[in-house]
Amino acid sequence: MDYLYFPGCTLYTKAKNFDQTARNCSKLLGFELRELPNWTCCGAAFPLATDNIMALLPPSRILAVAKEQGTVLTTLCAVCFNVIKRTNYLIQEDEEKREKINNFIEKNYQGDLQVLHYLEILRQDIGFDQLKERVKKPLTGLRAAAYYGCMLLRPSKEMGFDDKEKPTLFEEFLEALGAEVVEFPYKIECCGSFQSVGSPDVATECAYKILGSAIKNGAEAVVSTCPMCTFNIDHKQMDIKQKYLDFKSVPIFYFTQLLGIAMGLDDRTLGFEQNAVDPIPFLKKKGLI
Amino acid sequence: MVLGGGIGGISASIDLGNAGYDVVLVERLPSIGGRMLQLSETFPTLDCAQCTLTPKTVETGQHPRIQLVTYSELDEVKGKAGDFTVRVRRKAAYVDWDKCTGCGLCQEKCPSKCPSEFERGVGLEKAIYTLSPQAVPNKPVIDPSHCRYFLEGKCRVCEKICPVGAIDYEQKDRFVEERVGAIVVAVGFDLIPKESFGEYGYGTIPDVIDGLAFERLNSASGPTTGEIRRPSDGKIPKEVVFIQCTGSRDPDRYMPYCSRVCCMYTAKHARLYKHKVHDGQVYIFYMDIRSTGKGYEEFIQQSMEEEGILYLRGRVSRIFRDGDKVVVWGADTLTGKKVEVSADLVVLATAIVPHKETKELAKRLGIHADEHGFLTEAERKLRPVETNVEGIYIAGCAQGPKDIADAVAHANAAASKVQGLFARHGKME
Repeated sequence: MDYLYFPGCTLYTKAKNFDQTARNCSKLLGFELRELPNWTCCGAAFPLATDNIMALLPPSRILAVAKEQGTVLTTLCAVCFNVIKRTNYLIQEDEEKREKINNFIEKNYQGDLQVLHYLEILRQDIGFDQLKERVKKPLTGLRAAAYYGCMLLRPSKEMGFDDKEKPTLFEEFLEALGAEVVEFPYKIECCGSFQSVGSPDVATECAYKILGSAIKNGAEAVVSTCPMCTFNIDHKQMDIKQKYLDFKSVPIFYFTQLLGIAMGLDDRTLGFEQNAVDPIPFLKKKGLI
Repeated sequence: MVLGGGIGGISASIDLGNAGYDVVLVERLPSIGGRMLQLSETFPTLDCAQCTLTPKTVETGQHPRIQLVTYSELDEVKGKAGDFTVRVRRKAAYVDWDKCTGCGLCQEKCPSKCPSEFERGVGLEKAIYTLSPQAVPNKPVIDPSHCRYFLEGKCRVCEKICPVGAIDYEQKDRFVEERVGAIVVAVGFDLIPKESFGEYGYGTIPDVIDGLAFERLNSASGPTTGEIRRPSDGKIPKEVVFIQCTGSRDPDRYMPYCSRVCCMYTAKHARLYKHKVHDGQVYIFYMDIRSTGKGYEEFIQQSMEEEGILYLRGRVSRIFRDGDKVVVWGADTLTGKKVEVSADLVVLATAIVPHKETKELAKRLGIHADEHGFLTEAERKLRPVETNVEGIYIAGCAQGPKDIADAVAHANAAASKVQGLFARHGKME
């Protein structure tokens, strides 16, 4: 079984570790990520102006090209997933826009491609029960908080990922790996997103609240599905420390890094050098590497 | 026949009984009184609901022309206006009501307690229970889903204690047939479950309750004997948030309509709370204030200006638990600011919805219900109590959200329609 895979820009640069671990884990789980040829930027934001057809063209082109090669497209980055999935939904539902878009990109795409997040593949095609059985090194004793951010879940009708107010998919995944999951109220709150460019203080504040809430509820590590979130909650910890002197840093993982540990991948292939808060001492202490 | 023994059904029954007609009053619960019996005080006069209602229930119970058929549901209807044959299912109470004297010993001694629907989950009841000490009729029923004997096969304490031997574990549902000339449907309403609201914790936060639960906390006959104590730890809450329009006026996700009473009862709740907890702070999140009733706007103005209640125009996006506090995130759209309140108790003014059984009841009666399940009147403006079936009339909140005054007026109208029908066609039994 293989899936068409759209990595997105960040997974080739700042989040190489996310990309590599996902590819390596998929092999161990018996499926292949087949990278889409000649892919472009996803557009980075789903346009909210209803007449902004131009912004819909990059994700539409990606979808149309993918459809020529397969039936299921998967992504890892929550932002790409959001843009592509919502565009797909729009093409399915809005006949007029569909025609306009197809005229622009000179394709005939009807919205009949399935867009799945990697976690959704693990849930529905592998199954968390199966995953649990394939775990070589359970993450026993690791108290982790599953941080969804907002992009996977909202708008819920378009995304169809999980309950937007109280999702459980990510927790079920971590439990399958043997981790102890920490529930915390900020798990679906915004990380500050692109505010980290224009108003960095706003993003720092968001990150502080999210991490503070996770730590308060007993988390030793926070797990992310999104390079944008990871930038804000991992790389911004330096800024948080400057503002809140008592803040103690907490390691942030991509979910695929933890999957890699659990699947028994060599820890040198897990790309920890790209993590801002070095997780290696923590993992050693926990006896996981 | 009147279906539903709330204030609407009671009013219609008394009217018809006083007019000289025999009335069969069918009630789903063990005793009459309906939702009003759950209320503490009523707006805009703040008089005690039970004090105004009890004389009515007693009058109904003692009325020579009203036959009470409680703990019963309509099963089947045949016939037409003037000559309906109605089959009624009398649910097994496991108590022989003819023998029972209503002494209450069984309830005192019953060893199993369970969360009570009547107390909206904030209080307990025994497995053998009446709805209130002033229940009409004052006869208990056994809830087999909580009774030790039914669950575990032993106990029978109530049987041993009963001085007249009224307990009958072998009782079965039975059916009775009544011939009636007209039917008034006044089966009332329910509230949209607080479990529907993911943003408010799906009902998992104990200190997030609905309006009826707050009525019970505030009621002298309620589980806290009228002291405002929050469900989680019994402490007196000092910061209370009320959220109006929870599930109402939200066409995308919940109910598109206005539930009509929430603005008023929330103001009432806030005032009653302030009268009991003087140093408490109340926040009310609202969309608009709809106070279109006699004396209502004055009541709201007084609440805002004299009672120190903080009205915030805006919606609440999230409620979560933080330690022993309930954190409320909302917006104040008049100042454009985000608001965060660390509350001790949150009260949701949840939307009025029909009972989920109302649609099925409508089908059995051959009358219409709308997409939400409210019963449909023959004509929106000019025939508000008639239905598409001659001889069947509707009253109260089963037709749509109403306050008590409107429900009573609606029931009075239904009763007078029945009298008109009988006058036209000659008196029937």
